[in-house]
Amino acid sequence: MSEPTGLAWVALSFAKLLAIFVVYLGTVAYTTLAERRISAWIQDRHGPNRVGPQGLFQPIADGIKNLLKEETIPGSASPWLFVLAPALAFVPAFVTWAVIPWGAPLPTPWGTISLAVADLPVGFLFILAISSLGVYGITLAGWSSNNKYSLLGGLRSSAQMVSYEIAMGLSTIPVLLLAGNVAMGDIVAQQQATSWNAVLLSVAFLTFLVSAFAETNRLPFDLPEAESELVAGYHTEYSAMKYSMFMIAEYANMMTAGAFISTLFLGGWDIPFTTWDSTGAPSALKSAATFAMLYAKTLFWLFFFIWVRWTLPRFRYDQLMALGWRVLLPLLLAYIVLIASVLLALDAVGIGRGGAYVATLFGVNVAVVAVVAFWLDRGRLVSPAASRLQVQELERLRQVAARRAAIAAAGSRGT
Amino acid sequence: MTWTAAGVQLAHFWIFGAIAIASALLFVTRRSPVAAALWLVNTMFCLAALYVLLEAPFVGAVQVLVYAGAIMVVFLFVVMLLNLGRDDARLDLREPGVRGAALLVGLLLAVELVVASRTPAEATAPLPAAEGTNVVAPVARALFTEHLVAFEVTSVLLLAAIVGAVALARRESPASRGPAVPEGPAA
Repeated sequence: MSEPTGLAWVALSFAKLLAIFVVYLGTVAYTTLAERRISAWIQDRHGPNRVGPQGLFQPIADGIKNLLKEETIPGSASPWLFVLAPALAFVPAFVTWAVIPWGAPLPTPWGTISLAVADLPVGFLFILAISSLGVYGITLAGWSSNNKYSLLGGLRSSAQMVSYEIAMGLSTIPVLLLAGNVAMGDIVAQQQATSWNAVLLSVAFLTFLVSAFAETNRLPFDLPEAESELVAGYHTEYSAMKYSMFMIAEYANMMTAGAFISTLFLGGWDIPFTTWDSTGAPSALKSAATFAMLYAKTLFWLFFFIWVRWTLPRFRYDQLMALGWRVLLPLLLAYIVLIASVLLALDAVGIGRGGAYVATLFGVNVAVVAVVAFWLDRGRLVSPAASRLQVQELERLRQVAARRAAIAAAGSRGT
Repeated sequence: MTWTAAGVQLAHFWIFGAIAIASALLFVTRRSPVAAALWLVNTMFCLAALYVLLEAPFVGAVQVLVYAGAIMVVFLFVVMLLNLGRDDARLDLREPGVRGAALLVGLLLAVELVVASRTPAEATAPLPAAEGTNVVAPVARALFTEHLVAFEVTSVLLLAAIVGAVALARRESPASRGPAVPEGPAA
């Protein structure tokens, strides 16, 4: 289990960097195709299928098109920031990949290496820190364009991402309570030893998922670029490759979010129902199998993001903020206290990390999810499209409409 | 390989130290608030890199997370919301009086720095032993045992600041109240 040193370490790090970069960029390119094909499938159309077999070369054609198109910089834009903004969105999206452990340690002739490019002791905080920088690109793009729609998109994005960072950070605290460390490797090891955090911490898992949609600006939370209100939001004025960089950053963030959710809540590279992958001597086969496992989980989340985008309508901006501040924040604060108490109680009773431990935590989570789902489905904060109105509620709405009509009538008489 | 590691560390220090100082100078000399804010972000980022060099990766990560990722975003948000971003003479704080005061404070800080670096440091408690790869546990242990009171008082102070900000933001003068607009269907 000795780690490689000196030049071998440098060379292996570069090799890892290159391999992960290629895998990530290839996946990001083909996610754009997947998005278009899956949306076509959901809407019963064909989608792009002309370039190569089943449209498989479409991402290459798109890339060439974007590189060859004319770059425009609006005359009234701030030129430096306008050019800097896509890079500021692009770089954090890529840097976060560095700390995700992609599989079981790989034995090489020079020593055993971790499959994370940089196995930082603060890996988890690193992802949160770097992804919180992504908002600069979007905000500055909106501001430097000197266009009111862009500015509104940029403002919305900064408010949205700061708000949901809180929900995201709070929903990871129960994970840290269980793992006892912020290193990604320890979080994976804890899940291998007990059970996946999606089972132990279902509430945190669901709230993290919701926050991930807001942090990646994906529908139903894509308010920064809501095309029906803001033309295209923060990237209205962008063209060609600079526009493309925002899109690549969005898909890269989706993939990071998918890998992050899988690592925090779905056991990371753990292969379920076997201990073969995490025990015994490291081997190349284990590394390959566990990498395939995490990759498959990440692909599932990419599909999930796309699936939700083409299924749900967009939230209103006040609904988005109400969900973040009035629902997720108090819920998560209460949940952290609850989970900490349950963990202390389990310790006090002397239940170790076995079947009873998993069952207790799972039961607590099922109860909380049931209560929250019942409470949310009241047609108040997050109104489901099909909720039935109470008679009193209908009466109140009618009065509101009548008062509004009266005010409007008074206003039109006045002018 | 030790001399190489030391060399890399020294290069790391000089590169990030130089960028931090250059960014700080640009921060105080820019006219546009947005440009100034961005240079300040750059300074904070370089400070985080220096913390990592000092083998305090936790402090580095928190520096980026809190200062660069949250506080400065809110700064930028306010600048943009009030549309203060364009060059504006009213916002230019670089008049002689302010410059003089800044120079005075800067000199004081410089003197303090020189004095502090010349005085031999007090004997400090040895660093807590690292617990495996866990870099958070030593910080947490110190916060929740030795410095618990200070920690709790700080959190109460922050809470008071939040409540105060909300109270200020929600205060409305009678004149600013328009005609009573009925609330929407979904509050």
